[in-house]
Amino acid sequence: MKDNYLLEMKQVDKRFPGVHALDHVDFRVRAGEIHGLMGENGAGKSTLMKVLTGLYRMDEGEIRLAKKAVSFDRPLDSQKAGISTIYQEINLISYLSIAENIYLGREIMNRTGIDWKAINQGASEILEEMGVKADVTQPLCTYGTAVQQMVAIARVIFAQAKLVVMDEPTSSLDEKEVAILFRQMHKLKEKGISIIFISHRLDEVFEICDTVTVLKDGKLVSEDAIKNLTKLELVSRMIGRDATDVLKRKKGQFEGEQTEILFEVQQIDDGSKLHGVSLGIRRGEILGLAGLLGSGRTELAKVIFGDNPSYTGKLMIDGKAVHWKAPRDAITHKLAYCSEDRKAEGVFPHMSIRENLTMAILPGIARGGVVDSKQQKKIVNEYINRLSIKTSDPEQLIRNLSGGNQQKVLLSRWLCMEPGFIILDEPTRGIDIGAKSEIEMLIQDISQRGISVLLISSELEELVRNCHRVVVIRDGLNIGELEGDALSEKGIMQTIAQAVTQAEEDVG
Amino acid sequence: MKGITAKKQQRQSFELQLHLQKYGTIYAFAALIIINMLLNHNFASLGTLWNLTIQVLPTMLTSLGMVLVISSGGIDISVGSVMAISAVISGMVLTGKVPVVGSGVGIAVAFALLCAMLLGLFNGILISYFKIQPIIVTLILFIAGRGIAQLLNAGGTIVFYNNKFTEIALYRIGGVVPIQLFISLFFVLVIIFLLKKTTFGYYIQAIGENPRASRLSGIRTTGVLLSIYVISALFAGLAGLFESSRASCADPNSIGVLAELDAIAAVAIGGTSMSGGKAHIMGTVFGALIIQLVSIMVNMNNIPFAYSRIFKAVIIIVAVYLQREKRS
Repeated sequence: MKDNYLLEMKQVDKRFPGVHALDHVDFRVRAGEIHGLMGENGAGKSTLMKVLTGLYRMDEGEIRLAKKAVSFDRPLDSQKAGISTIYQEINLISYLSIAENIYLGREIMNRTGIDWKAINQGASEILEEMGVKADVTQPLCTYGTAVQQMVAIARVIFAQAKLVVMDEPTSSLDEKEVAILFRQMHKLKEKGISIIFISHRLDEVFEICDTVTVLKDGKLVSEDAIKNLTKLELVSRMIGRDATDVLKRKKGQFEGEQTEILFEVQQIDDGSKLHGVSLGIRRGEILGLAGLLGSGRTELAKVIFGDNPSYTGKLMIDGKAVHWKAPRDAITHKLAYCSEDRKAEGVFPHMSIRENLTMAILPGIARGGVVDSKQQKKIVNEYINRLSIKTSDPEQLIRNLSGGNQQKVLLSRWLCMEPGFIILDEPTRGIDIGAKSEIEMLIQDISQRGISVLLISSELEELVRNCHRVVVIRDGLNIGELEGDALSEKGIMQTIAQAVTQAEEDVG
Repeated sequence: MKGITAKKQQRQSFELQLHLQKYGTIYAFAALIIINMLLNHNFASLGTLWNLTIQVLPTMLTSLGMVLVISSGGIDISVGSVMAISAVISGMVLTGKVPVVGSGVGIAVAFALLCAMLLGLFNGILISYFKIQPIIVTLILFIAGRGIAQLLNAGGTIVFYNNKFTEIALYRIGGVVPIQLFISLFFVLVIIFLLKKTTFGYYIQAIGENPRASRLSGIRTTGVLLSIYVISALFAGLAGLFESSRASCADPNSIGVLAELDAIAAVAIGGTSMSGGKAHIMGTVFGALIIQLVSIMVNMNNIPFAYSRIFKAVIIIVAVYLQREKRS
């Protein structure tokens, strides 16, 4: 490829109080290429992109777009210059219709005002071209994350950008949807549009990217054509040491076949997503819950944790039937639940690490409603050390931490109450490979301590690597269970596929 | 060399911003005092200071209640009406118009505060259990409450002379320091303790920041919200009592009028986010002092009272501008 650079960022330097976020980084993107931007959390990827889009101002350096020096004071300026961004968390307005979202700020006007007919028609055409089936006049929130992500992309296509920044666009998509997304990305590329692609999923990066730039600790490590790289090399560059031991790890032996069942779920039906799912988990066991998106995994977790008290069926702890009215009832019985949605259901963004970490254990360390701050500090320091949370000060606000470190604080929130049973819903989603491997080791560690773990994950590899046993569900019902030698990625996929065929035959 | 100075300047401006966010309200208060001393030479006397501490008490109390409410992500615009109701009820008990309970000062205070808390309970139940938006619920009480206060005594002002009740507001410790100073200090300390040391304080801010995560962390969100509105109404009730005690009368048409807006303004000037989250107590305290100082300033310089509202508006704009969250 000719070195026709659309974007050149030279010697970009950015400091935050106490952090050198970008240390004279060079970054360049050719016209019409898909450029992967890799690095662990806190490596500076997001900061670099925020500098590019005008959300942050750089302290030093230069940005050239199509050979011209530019400087953006506001995101709007960069948008006008042809840079569009798709964030990991979808930045659309949920109660507006799909069409309104696509055309927001660029409405087609006629004499009497907004030309709804033209907008709705235009929007359906764009989505149709993308292969997305949806009624564009319906509010966005009536559709799932995948459609919403597609709408965000439709907005970008419509905006006729020259450069598209995609920050973890696939983190909430399933395989089929990822395929649709990649098809769209290829189309953009054919039109000569450049894409900056940020993802933690290595397979995707190798599948779609032409070039990869690696950052570490705010510094540029390397820029290579993807064909000159192997997976292991890429990971080693990202974490700055040999990655062999990170990717291959053995789970601890579970010799608990004889131990009693701690928690049992029988015939749970919530009237919408769950239709009679059952499972039992032994003390110290790591039980995986596999299934496609929408199979009812998270819904089951919410029933078990008391967040949804209206269901039929039975929950049993130590053989005794229980019914919680709210999560706090489950918490008093030593249950814990680490949600898949860190932002909406986990963090208190403007509160400190200390406050976030101890939120669930407060009643346990308070006398007469007054918090014992000595004990609180002790717990906080203990868990900062134990989970190696990277921070200089427990009083730091949690929102200033990287995703992986936020996740560690949330895990600590639950581990510090010494639960008997913890539900981990996508615990490694959107965090870097280093933190991910630390969290996986932690899961083994808590199982060794006799805590039962229900691990929900879309990553089959992760389930196989960590679980003693995996239950597969579909449409809120068990369709299979794998254990021992049968427990493999292929096995799980076959179980899901067989059930699908079965269901189709039943219908046909 | 040039780059280094530029960086240094930038860091300094960032630190200045943080500093202003933290202490801006105190500086503004100091600036107002200095302006006043220049404008009016009588201002620089101990008398003015005592005056300020006496007059600010009702605003201080309602602001302390309000900062809890706003921290939890809500709003309470019924505090002025609750002040009026509690003042009228205390007046009715004192003048023997409520036959069942007698006419002692203690009973009047207790009865008035109990009624205020019941009104807070009304707010709290609708907001926490029925999940109606706080501004709507408290608007209902804002409208109806004033009417109730007026109807209670057929619209008339209750006057009570030579009463132990009015002595409370006039009492000066050692004949010098007004009791209001100690009452203010006491409640400020109570609220600081509540927010910094108790689980309840953690929960208030947590609910304001992220109600879903609060529930999943095992917090009784409905119970906490309910308590917050009861506390806010209790503080409003106290404010109403001190106001009527100082005036030796309870006028349902004037007590607590616009008090809710002064309280919200004090919280805003103090740097607490209107969308909930961290409660800035000292900011709120100085916010209340600033609001009151503006009124005194207007009075002492014979400026028409209507101007005080415009001054307050300007102060709110400047305060909120200085404390806005800075993008990097």
